[in-house]
Amino acid sequence: MSENMRTIVIDGEEVTVPQEYNLLQASEAAGREIPRFCYHERLSVAGNCRMCLVELVGAPKPVASCAFLVKDMRGGPNGEPPQMRTLSPLVKKAREGVMEFLLINHPLDCPICDQGGECDLQDQSMAYGRSGSRFAENKRAVEDKNMGPLIKTIMTRCIQCTRCVRFSTEIAGVPELGATGRGEDMEITTYLEQSMTSELSGNVIDLCPVGALTSKPYAFNARPWELNKTETIDVMDALGANIRVDARMGGVLRIMPRIHDDVNEEWISDKTRFVWDGLSRQRLDRPYARRDGKLAPVAWEEALGIAAEKLSGDASKIGVIAGDLNDVEGLKAAKDLFDALGVTSLDCRQDGAKIGGQGREGYLFNSTIAGIDKADAILIVGSNPRLESPVLNARIRQRWLTGKCEVGLIGEAADLTYEYDHIGTGPADLAGLSKKRTGFIKALKDAERPMIIVGQGALAREDGAQVLRAAGDLAAKIGAVKEGWNGFNVLHTAASRVGALDLGFLPGEGGRDVAGMLDGASSGDVETVVLLGADEIDTSRLGQAFVIYVGHHGDAGAMRADLILPSAAYTEKNGLYVNTEGRVQMGARAVFPKGEAKEDWAIFRALSARLNKTLPYDDLNTLRMKLIEDHPTFGEIDHAPGAASAADFDPAQLGADGDVSDAPFESPITDFYLTNAIARASKTLAECSAMAAGARAELQAAE
Amino acid sequence: MSVRRIAKEQPDSFAFSKESQAKVDFWLAKYPEDRKASAVIPLLWIAQKQENWVSEPAMRVIAEACGMPYIRVLEVATFYTMFNLGPTGTHLIQVCGTTPCWLRGADTLKAVCEKKIGPKGRDHVSADGKLAWEEVECLGACANAPMVQISNTEGDLYYEDLTAEALEQMLDDLAAGKAVKAGPISGRACSEPTQAKVKVLEDATLYDGSRAAAIDLLPNTDERKSDPEPSTKRPSSARAKSKAKTGPATAKPAPKDKAEAEKPKAARPKAPKNKDD
Repeated sequence: MSENMRTIVIDGEEVTVPQEYNLLQASEAAGREIPRFCYHERLSVAGNCRMCLVELVGAPKPVASCAFLVKDMRGGPNGEPPQMRTLSPLVKKAREGVMEFLLINHPLDCPICDQGGECDLQDQSMAYGRSGSRFAENKRAVEDKNMGPLIKTIMTRCIQCTRCVRFSTEIAGVPELGATGRGEDMEITTYLEQSMTSELSGNVIDLCPVGALTSKPYAFNARPWELNKTETIDVMDALGANIRVDARMGGVLRIMPRIHDDVNEEWISDKTRFVWDGLSRQRLDRPYARRDGKLAPVAWEEALGIAAEKLSGDASKIGVIAGDLNDVEGLKAAKDLFDALGVTSLDCRQDGAKIGGQGREGYLFNSTIAGIDKADAILIVGSNPRLESPVLNARIRQRWLTGKCEVGLIGEAADLTYEYDHIGTGPADLAGLSKKRTGFIKALKDAERPMIIVGQGALAREDGAQVLRAAGDLAAKIGAVKEGWNGFNVLHTAASRVGALDLGFLPGEGGRDVAGMLDGASSGDVETVVLLGADEIDTSRLGQAFVIYVGHHGDAGAMRADLILPSAAYTEKNGLYVNTEGRVQMGARAVFPKGEAKEDWAIFRALSARLNKTLPYDDLNTLRMKLIEDHPTFGEIDHAPGAASAADFDPAQLGADGDVSDAPFESPITDFYLTNAIARASKTLAECSAMAAGARAELQAAE
Repeated sequence: MSVRRIAKEQPDSFAFSKESQAKVDFWLAKYPEDRKASAVIPLLWIAQKQENWVSEPAMRVIAEACGMPYIRVLEVATFYTMFNLGPTGTHLIQVCGTTPCWLRGADTLKAVCEKKIGPKGRDHVSADGKLAWEEVECLGACANAPMVQISNTEGDLYYEDLTAEALEQMLDDLAAGKAVKAGPISGRACSEPTQAKVKVLEDATLYDGSRAAAIDLLPNTDERKSDPEPSTKRPSSARAKSKAKTGPATAKPAPKDKAEAEKPKAARPKAPKNKDD
C-alpha cells in the first residue's frame, strides 16, 4: 500500500482510498451514492447545499462529505481505522431535513418546468426526501434575470448551489455571475443583468441541478423521455467534442456534452450546443440545377447525369475543394473517384493553410489535449484559442490557474481568460524569439514539457510554410520534441481537416491548390469545380466555371452552384472524424437526411457508376474496410498518437525555407458564432453574434 | 430586510475626491499587490462617506482599484446593509428597535420619525432631502436606551437616552441645518448610573499610584528586577498569593519599597520579606 492511501471503514466495510479524496469520493469508491447539489468534480468545493451529509463516527454532528478529506479523519483510540456511515438513521434524518429546507422555497412547478424528468432536486427528493413538507408559510419568489439569448432563467427555482458562479469564474474565466444579497434574499445574477459573454456559457444549463437555468431555444420543446439520444461527435471546431444529440421525430432538439476526459472533459462550446436549430433551416433537401440563371429542382437521375457529363471531360480542368464539416468516408469516396478520373487538383485546405503532405506529426496537436495538463510553458502562435476552440482554451486556463505554466502569445492580443506574455504580433517576432535570452524564451527553454501551438492564423497565409518552418525551428531549438513528449502542436479550426490530410486530400502531381483552382476558374483554365461543402472560399472568383456543390446547407457555395447534390449533415450520417490531435472518433446518425438528400459517400458511389469508375464498395462497412486498409490510422478509434513517434519527428524540417512577410498574424475567426454553414443558418447563433458584435462596439466606444 | 437592489437612476461617473483618494491609497497600501481585493469594504465605505451612497459607477471604479470583477464588488455591496445602494437623506436616522431600546420607548421614537419624515426606509427621503429613517437592530448602546444613530458624510454618531420630544427637536435642528450634539442627551457621561447615588472615589491613594507595588517579577520570566541572578525557583503565583494575604491596605508606602528595590545587592527576595511583615 502506498503512503498516499488510507484505509477507512464505510458502513462497516473497509476500503482503501487516496488520502486527498474527500469523503464523498471515498464513498463513491466504496459504491455508496451520496446525494449532492453544490458539489461538482470539476469545480471548487463550496459545501453550501448540505445534501451530502454523512455520519463520522466520533464526530458530534454530521459532516458535509464533499468538504471533509480522508486525511483529516480521526481513527479510534487504539489505532482502529476511521469510520463513517452513509446509511445510518442519522444520515437519513439529516438528508430528509436538508431536503425539507431546500424545498421550503422551491416552487412546485415541476409540470411546467423544463428540467422535469432530469432534475437532480426532483430525483433526490424522491430518493432521500420526506413525503411531505411541514412548511405552511409563504414561499419566497425571486425576479427572473436576463442572461442573454441562450439561458432562460426562472430564479425562484434556484437553490443557490453556486455551481454556475463557480463555473463562470473558474472554468470559463469570465467572472460575470455572482450571488448578490444575503440569506433569504440571495440571488444569482450577472452584473447588471447583462448577457453572459463566455463562449462556454451554455454549460451552466447542464450544471444547474434544478430548473433555474435552462436552455432558452429548447424551452417547452420536449420532455427528456421522449427524445432519442444518439452519442456522436461535434464538428463545429477541430476539438471533436463528444456530444449527445437528442432528437424527436426527425428533428434535432438539443445537443449536450458527453464526458470524455481526454477531449472535452464535460464542456462544450455554445456554438456546439445551440447550433441545432440551424440543422432545420436553409437545408438542401433535393437536387437542383441552374436553368436560365435560376436554380430549379431536378430529380437525382438527371442531376447525376449532369454531374457525370461535366466530370467526364479533361481531368486537368476539374478542381475539387473540400470544406470543413465533411466526414472521412465522404472524402474517401470522393478522393477514390477523382483519383480514378485522374483529377489532381484536390484540396481540403479552403483557407489556404500551408500544411500537410509532410508526415502526420507536422499537422497534429501532438501534445494531445490532455497533455496541456502537463505542460509547463505554452507558446501560442497566430491563434486565438478562445475563439478557435473554447473548450481547449478552458483547458489551457485550468493549467495556467495551477501556477505551474506560463503562456506566451505571438499574434493578435485578445482576452484569452488567462494572463499571457504578449511577445509580438508577426512572423518576425517568432523568428526573433529564439535569438532572445531573457523573458519568455527562458521559460520555454527551461520547461520540461514546453508546448508550441501554431494556429491557422499563422499558416493560412502566403508565407504559411515559412512560418511553419520557423515554428518548427523554435520547437527543435527548445527541445520541445523528445522521448515521451512532443510539444509541437497545430490547432486546427476545421473538423474535417485532419481526416482529409490523413487521406491525402491534397493537390497531386501538377495539381492546383485552392488558390490555384480559384485563379484557374477566374481565368477559365479550370472549367468544373466540385465543392464538398466548401462555403468559406471567395465564390466570386469561381468565374465561369461549372460549380457542383455537394453539401447540406444553402450557403455561399450553394448560391453560386450550377448543380447541387444534397448531402447529409453531421447529425444525419454515420461517419468518422479526426480531431486536431489525430484522434479518430466515430459519429453516429441521430436523424435521417432531409428530403431526398443522401450521405456523401453514397453520392460519389452513384456518380462513380455513371462515370464507369465504379467504386469498390456498396455499403459503409465495406468502405470503412477499404479506408482502414489504405490508411491504417483510421482503424484506431479514439486513439491520439501523442508522442508515440516523437523520436522520428524533426520539427525543423517542417514547412519550407524562405523569407517571411511583416504582416501580423490574424485569427481566422472573426465571428465565433458564425463560422460554418450550419451555424450561419441558426437563428440562435445569429442572435448571439449580434449581441457579441454589440458588446464589441460598446467596448470600442468606451475606449 | 428585503432584497437589496442598486438604484434605478445612476450617475454617469464617479471619481474619488482628493481627500478620499488619500484614504483609498492608504487602504490599498496595506495589502500586497495580489491581495488588493481585501480593501474592497474600506473603499466602498470611503465612497459612501463621499457621496452618501454607493453608486454603480463607484462600484466599477472600486473594482478596478481592487483588481476585482465588477460582480464581486456588487456582491459585497449588496451583502452589507451598511452600504446605501441609492441616494438617501443627508442624515439617515437609524432607530434601534431591539429589545432594550424597545422596552425603553423606541416605539415613540419611531412614531416621531414617521410623523416628521414619513414612512421608514432609506429611499423615503423627506421633501427637503435632508432626512430619512429606518429601523435597525441592536447597535450595542443598550445602557443608554433608547437611542438612534445618525449617519451622514461626516460620520456615524450615537444619540442616546432619547425621548420623543428630544428626538423631535433634533430632527427639526437637523432639518434647519443646525448642529446637534452627539452622545447621551440626558447630560450624563457615557453610561454612568442615572438613579443610584453616585459614589465618587475620593481617596487619592486609590489612583495616584502609591498603592501599587513596584514590579519585581516580570511577567513571563523568572528573572526578577531586584535579583540579577535568575536562581530563585519561586513561581510568580507565590508572589500573588502572598500579596493577597497582606492586602493592599497593609502594603508599605511605595517610596520605601522603591528605595529598597533600587539597592542593587538586595539579595533576599522581596515577597518573603513582605510575608515577614
